[in-house]
Amino acid sequence: MTAPSKSSRKSSGKSAYRFPHKHILGIEGLSAESIGLILDLSDSYVEQSRQRDKKSDVLRGRTVINLFFENSTRTRTSFELAGKRLGGDVINMSVSSSSIKKGETLIDTAMTLNAMHADVLCVRHPNSGAVQLLSEKVNCSVISGGDGTHEHPTQALLDALTIRRRRGKIAGLTVAICGDILHSRVARSNIHLLSTMGARVRLVAPPTLLPAEVERYGVEVYNNIKDGIADCDIVMMLRLQQERMKGMFVPSIREYFHYFGLTGDKLSFAKPDALVMHPGPMNRGVEIDSEIADDLDRSLIREQVEMGVAVRMACLDLLTREQPGNVS
Amino acid sequence: MDKRIAFLNARLLDPASGLDAPGALLIQGNQIADFGPDLFKDGAPSVDETVDCGGMCLSAGLIDMRVQLREPGAEHKETIESIGDAAIAGGVTTLISLPNTDPVIDDVSVVEFIARRAQEANRAKIRCYGSVTRGTRGTELTEMGLLSEAGALAFTDGNRAIADALVMRRALSYAKGFDLMIMQHPEEPALASEGVMNEGEIATRLGLAGIPMVAETMMVERDLRLVELTGGRYHAGHLSTAQAIEAVRGAKKRGLAVTCDTAPNYFALNETAVGDYRTFAKVSPPLRGEDDRRAVVEGLADGTIDAIASDHTPHDQDSKRLPFDQAEFGAVGLETLLPLTLELYHNGHLPLLDALAKVTAAPAALMGLPCGKLQRGAPADLVLFDPDRPWQIDEQKLRSKSKNTPYDERPVQGVVMRTIVEGHTAYAA
Repeated sequence: MTAPSKSSRKSSGKSAYRFPHKHILGIEGLSAESIGLILDLSDSYVEQSRQRDKKSDVLRGRTVINLFFENSTRTRTSFELAGKRLGGDVINMSVSSSSIKKGETLIDTAMTLNAMHADVLCVRHPNSGAVQLLSEKVNCSVISGGDGTHEHPTQALLDALTIRRRRGKIAGLTVAICGDILHSRVARSNIHLLSTMGARVRLVAPPTLLPAEVERYGVEVYNNIKDGIADCDIVMMLRLQQERMKGMFVPSIREYFHYFGLTGDKLSFAKPDALVMHPGPMNRGVEIDSEIADDLDRSLIREQVEMGVAVRMACLDLLTREQPGNVS
Repeated sequence: MDKRIAFLNARLLDPASGLDAPGALLIQGNQIADFGPDLFKDGAPSVDETVDCGGMCLSAGLIDMRVQLREPGAEHKETIESIGDAAIAGGVTTLISLPNTDPVIDDVSVVEFIARRAQEANRAKIRCYGSVTRGTRGTELTEMGLLSEAGALAFTDGNRAIADALVMRRALSYAKGFDLMIMQHPEEPALASEGVMNEGEIATRLGLAGIPMVAETMMVERDLRLVELTGGRYHAGHLSTAQAIEAVRGAKKRGLAVTCDTAPNYFALNETAVGDYRTFAKVSPPLRGEDDRRAVVEGLADGTIDAIASDHTPHDQDSKRLPFDQAEFGAVGLETLLPLTLELYHNGHLPLLDALAKVTAAPAALMGLPCGKLQRGAPADLVLFDPDRPWQIDEQKLRSKSKNTPYDERPVQGVVMRTIVEGHTAYAA
């Protein structure tokens, strides 16, 4: 990778392929070419982020608003850092605490934001489809930072980047996604992305944590983790989203960890060099054993966080380019 | 002296008697005085007014047996005037409101209020259900006898299921003493819980919580057992699934006193209408898959499903322009009831008279109303319509105060030319 020049945008280095979307609301609908473009560009932003002087002026004069209707520390910080490293003006709005309580609707919020002339909105919302609804009402580009149980596209992109940098490819790998698939937007985005890029996707969960008819997405479904991760290249653990567990999906954390928590013993069924991922924040002792999480040879968990910033820089860059194909 | 109006050159349609013939009809005052192929054959009648129907269809006005009134309580969504305007524009001469007004129709005074306001508005006839339980809370029975004397036609908890089996048993049993019908919203609430659309592949893709079809099936099947136990009169509202329709089909074969209806949403749309979070397609019960939609059509064709109701559920923009989870359930339907019902005829699923019966004679019989048929002495509630004329639904042209229709821009056939209520022309195109 050549040292990036600071004043110009990174080139994806490959074809003249242009990113054809105005928003990034989900992975569904993105082509392998578009995903490849984001990942290629992200690679160069990893380099930029590792330099001593990390700042460029790609977003100079542009306003990025982080609009989070749901609590988040790492995703919001990651978007904030991405915007700032590109030289943009980044503003954080935490809406859950103010306007919603005053009865402001999502559409009112959109009108307010239009008046602020933002260039990109990075939005997280607790309801599926809400980010799309907002995108239909604002004039600027929108990047989803996760909506309900629908999609979390930048998480899937950063997972893909992490895998690709370690394994050199995604196509042909077998990836097991384990845990609370039902409530997971990360799982849905990863299913779309990994399938599009040619990986084999397995889902491992108790039946109560699997969404209806999920097998129709061309994935293999397992209720037993040892079978599910047998000969896998990548084991992707999901957080057991206790805050969304309003009902009785699993009887106890103890039983869940016993059958679905990732331990050294269970991991031994995967390929010897299998890698472990987790979107964070982890529940140690619930879905993952600390020994695995902290094993630097096996665990990519810290790398995922680093890749998160690079992927979000690439997304911000692509959506602020002047281009005729900039359509929704 | 009662005013006499003659309708000449009409195609008389009466599903109740099987009449489909060219002819004429005479109104005297607020009643049908005479009608038939031979009426006025020998020359011009001496009447106060004549209407040349131009060969178009003249039938009893539509009876819509399930709409949601928003007055009292939510007049910003619909008033008794605006719902009356919507009804007569749709050829509906009598509509029957669910009890989910605010306050709930669980007290004689609310029945009387609605009757008085309907009379003041003087558009379509507005009748109502009483609630089965106080406040539709599902625990204590209402004064069904007194409510029915005041004018409540039947009993239901509206868009809430009567979930408790013991309450349902008692309701069926008690209502039987007055020969009153209990209408259920058949959905097991524990299974529907936080669901917002049909459970399945599309809900999974959209990340929306699903309502499984068995939520409907098992509630109908449970209720049928309670009907066997009590001998009560039971009606399953807006059936949307093949399994529930099959359950009713079996019960009818066994001779149980059960009936059911559906709404156009369940034969004119399927779950793909939700598309990318279209909240106007968020209805209750949810739109189902294509197999279920076909089963609804089949149930209508073989007579398992007795009637079609519009499920008219007005909601303003603020209740619908929201994330899908937060948006209200329901769509308006009074003004699209006739053309969507006629799709069954145009698509070759039902003969014209059978399709028309589902929105006239059948609901009238279920609700014990004297209208819904052409009969000497029956109320002169009529609709004149062209069954074939094409048009395109335009939400902005709806008379209803709320415009939440999932059918905007849908091309349909069947235009209401004139609606007559109690002998007066209430609407003319």
